[in-house]
Amino acid sequence: MTDAVEPAPQSAPQPTRFQRFARSDLLWSYLRSPVAIVSSIVATVLILAAILAPWLAPYTPFDPATLNLMDGFTPPDSTSFAGHYFLLGADNQGRDMLSTIMYGSRLSLFVGFSATVLAAGLGVGLGLIAGYLGGFVDAAIMRIADIQLSFPAILIALLIFGIARGLIPPAQQQNAAVWVLIIAIGLANWAQFARTVRGATLVERRREYVAAARIMGVRPISILFRHVLPNVLGPVLVIATIGLALAIIEEATLSYLGVGVPPTQPSLGTLIRTGQQFMFSGEWWIVLFPAVALVLLALSVNLLGDWLRDALNPKLRR
Amino acid sequence: MTETPLLSVRDLVVEFPRRGETFRAVDGISFDIAPGEILGVVGESGAGKSMTGAAIIGLIEPPGRITRGEIHLAGSRIDNLPEAKRERLRGKRIGMVFQDPLTSLNPLFTIGRQLTETIRRHLPLTPAEARQRAVDLLTEAGIPRAGERLDSYPHQFSGGMRQRVVIALAIAGEPELVIADEPTSALDVSVQAQIIAVLKRLCTSHGAAVLLISHDMGVIAETAARVVVMHHGRIVETGSVGDIIKRPREPYTVRLIEAIPSIRRLHGAPATAPAGVPDAAPLVEVRGLSRDFVLTRRGPLQRLLGRKEEVLHAVKDVSFTVARGTTFGLVGESGSGKSTCAWTMVGLLRPTAGTVLLSGHDIWDGREGERYRRRRVQMIFQDPYASLNPRWRVGDIIAEPMRALKLAEGRSETEDRVAELLRRVRLDPAALRRFPHEFSGGQRQRIAIARALSSRPEFIVCDEPTSALDVSVQAQVLDLMQELQREFGLTYLLISHNLAVVRQMADHVGVMHRGALVEERPVDALFDDPKHEYTQMLLAAVPDISRVA
Repeated sequence: MTDAVEPAPQSAPQPTRFQRFARSDLLWSYLRSPVAIVSSIVATVLILAAILAPWLAPYTPFDPATLNLMDGFTPPDSTSFAGHYFLLGADNQGRDMLSTIMYGSRLSLFVGFSATVLAAGLGVGLGLIAGYLGGFVDAAIMRIADIQLSFPAILIALLIFGIARGLIPPAQQQNAAVWVLIIAIGLANWAQFARTVRGATLVERRREYVAAARIMGVRPISILFRHVLPNVLGPVLVIATIGLALAIIEEATLSYLGVGVPPTQPSLGTLIRTGQQFMFSGEWWIVLFPAVALVLLALSVNLLGDWLRDALNPKLRR
Repeated sequence: MTETPLLSVRDLVVEFPRRGETFRAVDGISFDIAPGEILGVVGESGAGKSMTGAAIIGLIEPPGRITRGEIHLAGSRIDNLPEAKRERLRGKRIGMVFQDPLTSLNPLFTIGRQLTETIRRHLPLTPAEARQRAVDLLTEAGIPRAGERLDSYPHQFSGGMRQRVVIALAIAGEPELVIADEPTSALDVSVQAQIIAVLKRLCTSHGAAVLLISHDMGVIAETAARVVVMHHGRIVETGSVGDIIKRPREPYTVRLIEAIPSIRRLHGAPATAPAGVPDAAPLVEVRGLSRDFVLTRRGPLQRLLGRKEEVLHAVKDVSFTVARGTTFGLVGESGSGKSTCAWTMVGLLRPTAGTVLLSGHDIWDGREGERYRRRRVQMIFQDPYASLNPRWRVGDIIAEPMRALKLAEGRSETEDRVAELLRRVRLDPAALRRFPHEFSGGQRQRIAIARALSSRPEFIVCDEPTSALDVSVQAQVLDLMQELQREFGLTYLLISHNLAVVRQMADHVGVMHRGALVEERPVDALFDDPKHEYTQMLLAAVPDISRVA
C-alpha cells in the first residue's frame, strides 16, 4: 500500500442540519403516510390553540367579572340575550365553551407533558441502572416495576393522589392540586420506560464499543450516560409520544372522578364532568365538545406515536 | 456442451425499488449448469450471489423482483410460473442448503419428522418406507446411529451435524439441483471440510447438480469444477477453477485471487523479519492463566442440599510470552478459549488463576496494575459495526482514549492528533466530523485501529480483526497493521480462526483446543511441521487455493 490517503466518503460539503433532515428516511416515511400527516396537523392545531389560548380565545371564561349568567345555556352558533355570540355554545354559568376548551386543553396538555417528562426521566434513569448493573439492583428495580404494572395505572395514580392529599395541609391543596396530579401520573407510568430502557441497555452494554471504553478505563457512569444513553433513546421517544396521549387521558379520568384539578381551574376532564349533568336535559353541547376535543387530542398524539414506532423500525420499513 | 443444460439463466436482472430510485442487485447475468455439475459462485459481500440463488428458487423478498431475463430448468421456463407451481419445484426439483443450520430446521419438530414429511411430500412412499429412507439419507450424510437419532430435536445436534441433516433434507426429494448458499460459513474449519465432502458426495451419488455460493475461494476450489466470479451484480469471469485461480484474466479476479492469504508460504522468505531482538525480555508474559465460568449458579436452597456447581473451564493453565515488536498468533476453533484469553489480557475479565505480566508488571494487581495497563494495552475488535458507537463522530471516537487518559492538552491538540492518526491509517482527516455509518467495513476497521493507536499503546490485542471483512479489504487492513507495527514498534496478539491470516502475520503461533494451549512454536516451524495431532488435523482441514493444480 502506498501513502495515498483515502478520501472520506462523499466529497460533497457537509450537509446542513436541514439538508440532512430533508433527506432522511423519517421525513420520507412521513410524507408517504396520510395518517401521520393528518394526525400531526390535528395535533398541531389543538396544541397551538391550547398554548395561545390567552391571545386567541374569544372570551376569558375564568374571569368572574366578564361572566354573565344571562348567557347560560346558549346553544351553539347563536347569540345570547346579552348579545354575545357563542360558536360552540355556553355552559350553565354562561362561559363560552370554545374558550373553556382552549383553556382546559392547555391545562390537560401541561399536566400530560410534565407527567410524561417525569415518567420518562425516572424510567430511563432506573432502566439504565438496572440494565447496566444487573444482579440484585436489577432484580429489585424490575420487581417493583412488575408489581406496579400489575395494577391499573389509574389506580396507582389515585393511591398516590390520596396519600398526597393526606400530607398536604388543606389550605394549600387548591394550589398544589396540579403538581400532585403530575407526580401521581408520572409515578404511575415510569415502569414502561424502565422496562424498555433496561432491555435496550442489556443489548448495548455487550457491544464492543462499550468493551473498548472499559479497556481505556472510562468510568462506568460516563459509559452509561455518554455511550449507552444516546443509543437507547430511540424507543424512549416512541413510548413518550404514546405515553403523552395516555397521560392526557389519565388526567381527564382523574379530573372526571373529581380528584384532579378543582372546577375553578378546569381541565378537559373537569369540563366533561360538569357537562354530563346537562346531558339528559338537552344541553348536549356542554359535554360533547370537551369530549370531542379530548378524543381528537389523544387520538392524534397516539397515532403519531404509532407512526413513529413503525417509521423508526427498519424491519417494517417499505 | 451439446446436451441441454439443467439450469440456464439468461440476462437475469433483479431490482429493488427504494425511495424513487431502483437498486440493481443482479445486473444481467447469464450462466448454465450441466446435469450433475458443481458450479461455484464466488464474490464479495453485496456482489449479488445470494440474490441469484434466491431468484432461481423464487424466494426474493418483496419489494425486490425479477425485472428482466429468463430462468430455465431442464428446458422449461420457471421464473414466470405462478407461486403455487413454484412451490412444488422447491424441495422436489430444487433443494436448498442455507448458511445457518440452526434457523433452517424447525426447532419444534424432531429431525425424523421433518425428513419424513419432506420425503412423503415429494415421493409416493408409505410412512415406514419414508422413515427407512430418512435413516438411509442420514447415514449417507455421515450421522452415526441414524436410526436412534431420528427422534432427536435439532438443538441436540452440533452445528456440523445439523448441517448434515440440512443437506440430507435438501436431497430428500431427489432434486436435480441443489443450491447451497454459504453452507459452511458458520462452521469451524475442521467441520467445514467434512461438510464440503458430504455435500459433494451426496450430490454426486444422487446425480444432483450444485450451485455453490460462497465468499471463500478455498471452499469453492475444493468443491466445484467451474466457477463464476461476481462483482456488483455482474459476472466478471467464468472458467474452470484452475484457470480462475492460476490464470485469472480480468483485473478484478486478479486482485481477488492475490488478496487471498494462503497457509503456504508462496514466496519463500518470511513476510516479516522478526523485528525485536529475539533474546530481549518479553513484553508480555502469561503464566498459568485460567478462567472458569460458573454455568449454573446455586441458590441458597441448592447450596443447603449440597448440589454441585457446574463450571466451564474456558481457559486452562495457559502460559506463553510475546517478545517486544513481534506478533503472537492465537488460533483455535470457536469455543476454544481464544477470546476469553484475550479478555483477561486487556483487563475486561479477571482470571481465575495465573498472572498476566506486562514488562514485569501484573496488570491484575489492583489499581496500580490497572493504571499501568490502561496506558499500554489496547484492543481491536472483530465487528467494526459494533465496536464504534454509532452516535459519536469519528473524531470523538478516536479521541476517546486520549480524553479518558488525559493525554492531550486542550481541544486543538486533540484535534491535531486525531487528524494525524487518520492520516496514519490512510483516511482523509476530514473524516473526523462524520459518523461511523458513512464508512465501509474496512474504513471502519481503520478507524478502530486509529482509536487503538491514539493512547500510544505498546501492546494491541486484535480479536479476529478481519473476519468480518471481504478478502480484498482484509488484505489492506493486514498490510496497514504490519506497517504500523514497524513504524511504532507495536506488539500484537492476533486472534484468528483463519490460519492463512495467522501465517501471514505472526512470528509465533499458539494453538488452542478446549481451553488449553496444545502447541506453541515459531510460525514456520508450526505450519511446516506440526507436532500435535490437533494442529495437524486443523492444518489438513483448511481449504486452500494453493492446492489446486
